[in-house]
Amino acid sequence: MAKQSIIPFGPQHPVLPEPIHLDLVLEDEKVVEAIPSIGFVHRGLESLVDKKDFNEMTYVIERTCGICSFMHGMGYCESIEKIMQVEVPDRGRYLRTIWAEMSRVHSHLLWLGLLADAFGFESLFYQCWRMREKVLDLFEMTTGGRCIFSVNKVGGVLKDIDDIMLQTIKVTLEDLAAELRIVSKTFMKDYTVESRLRGVGILTKEQAHNLGAAGPFARASGIKMDMRTTGYAAYGDLDFDIITSDECDSYGRCEVRIHEIFQAIDLIGQCIDKMPKGDIATIVKGNPNGEAFVRMEQPRGEAVYFSKANGSKFLERMRVRTPTFANIPGLLETLKGADFADVPLLILTIDPCISCTER
Amino acid sequence: MGNVKRSPWLLHYDGSSCNGCDIEVLACLTPVYDAERFGIINTGDPMQADIFLITGGINKANQEVVRQLYNQMPRPKVVVAVGVCACTGGVFKECYNIIGGADTTIPVDIYVPGCAARPQAIIDGIVKAIALWQEKANNPEYVHAMYESQEEKEEKAEKEENK
Ligand code: SF4
Repeated sequence: MAKQSIIPFGPQHPVLPEPIHLDLVLEDEKVVEAIPSIGFVHRGLESLVDKKDFNEMTYVIERTCGICSFMHGMGYCESIEKIMQVEVPDRGRYLRTIWAEMSRVHSHLLWLGLLADAFGFESLFYQCWRMREKVLDLFEMTTGGRCIFSVNKVGGVLKDIDDIMLQTIKVTLEDLAAELRIVSKTFMKDYTVESRLRGVGILTKEQAHNLGAAGPFARASGIKMDMRTTGYAAYGDLDFDIITSDECDSYGRCEVRIHEIFQAIDLIGQCIDKMPKGDIATIVKGNPNGEAFVRMEQPRGEAVYFSKANGSKFLERMRVRTPTFANIPGLLETLKGADFADVPLLILTIDPCISCTER
Repeated sequence: MGNVKRSPWLLHYDGSSCNGCDIEVLACLTPVYDAERFGIINTGDPMQADIFLITGGINKANQEVVRQLYNQMPRPKVVVAVGVCACTGGVFKECYNIIGGADTTIPVDIYVPGCAARPQAIIDGIVKAIALWQEKANNPEYVHAMYESQEEKEEKAEKEENK
């Protein structure tokens, strides 16, 4: 047996935008085992429930993560709405869906960029981030923020989008889809890119199922699971399929995410076409009492929001379970037997969001 | 070190940020905002970095990491705190695990406000940091202090007291 050595990886590492620490047990160049240690980003956000009232909490929960901040706010609001039995007006639901899908587009583009960076394709990285700025511009025009939007509130949304803006969104995103079609050819067909992705980090369907993988990571292993089919917000009225891939490797994960961007753009188009007229929010009176549990499909997978209220202004407990947490066991499995040089790439393929995971 | 004029290198570390400021810092380095036109370059190696960009507050786990990164950087160095979290602790100030802003652990020179800090503000902070860095590098007193040994420092302190 070859000699074993331990290489610390992180928390500060050039490819990692966020701090996570792994102890990699190596045998020559192969990884035998990876031991994670987390906690560098832990803030204790959930504990703020007894300092901020349930309306203010919306803005705190949004700051769980700056990439999918809109959906965090939306999940929290839906859980409170469920407790208080508030109906969100149709227009509010559709607006939420538009913003949620725009978050997905920008999050996946961000991931594609980071992936390109991880295998050293700088110009591709820049292309992805350039396209992503277009989505951020749309966000800035409609909500005023680029990362943190604060447009959700219990009972609906705070800002409306007028018809002209809706058409602008549609046209801009169609342009983006055309550009992405060109860029995606490089991801899917380029010889060098394929050689870095194909057959790297295999996670079979069975393993993915047993380890409880979520989101695109699971869908790339052929598991048909997408919380949007449960029909929260306006997803019940829209027409879409679950995108899966049977590749089970990094290539499959890339493929699923690229197709999801096109799907998200299509869903936004459907929302704009069907956009109902009317109010954007209902007025909410009183304090919540009871508990509720909401599941939602984040760009990274299924997230769970649990709120427990006791009739006062302050919640008793608020809990978020985020997709990256569910994907870490799967990641450790794919790391076993991988080449040391592939480790940064493999960590990226689950699209880790450490600040969600540790809150 | 005479009249230094060269391109400072930049190190970015994510303290306990929510990612918001974090991706904005990255967005600054990509084509649309392109902070690299000011002559900086992003590096992952603290030992070659001149400007330290920190996002997010300090907690018990990352305090040591931040301190270590800071100590590993060669002098002169400039620290930029990006976002209200890094400035004061921000929304998370009252959380049990947050000690406070970056200045609780390392000396901070420039504070960039905002939640999330806008790329324009971050670039402004970087430009200020470059100017400050040049100033530090060309200030003979500061440069001299960099090379002072421990004994010299003690001597100086004694003299000050005797005055
Ligand atoms: S300042 Fe705001 S956006 Fe930046 S890390 Fe803190 S909470 Fe996130």
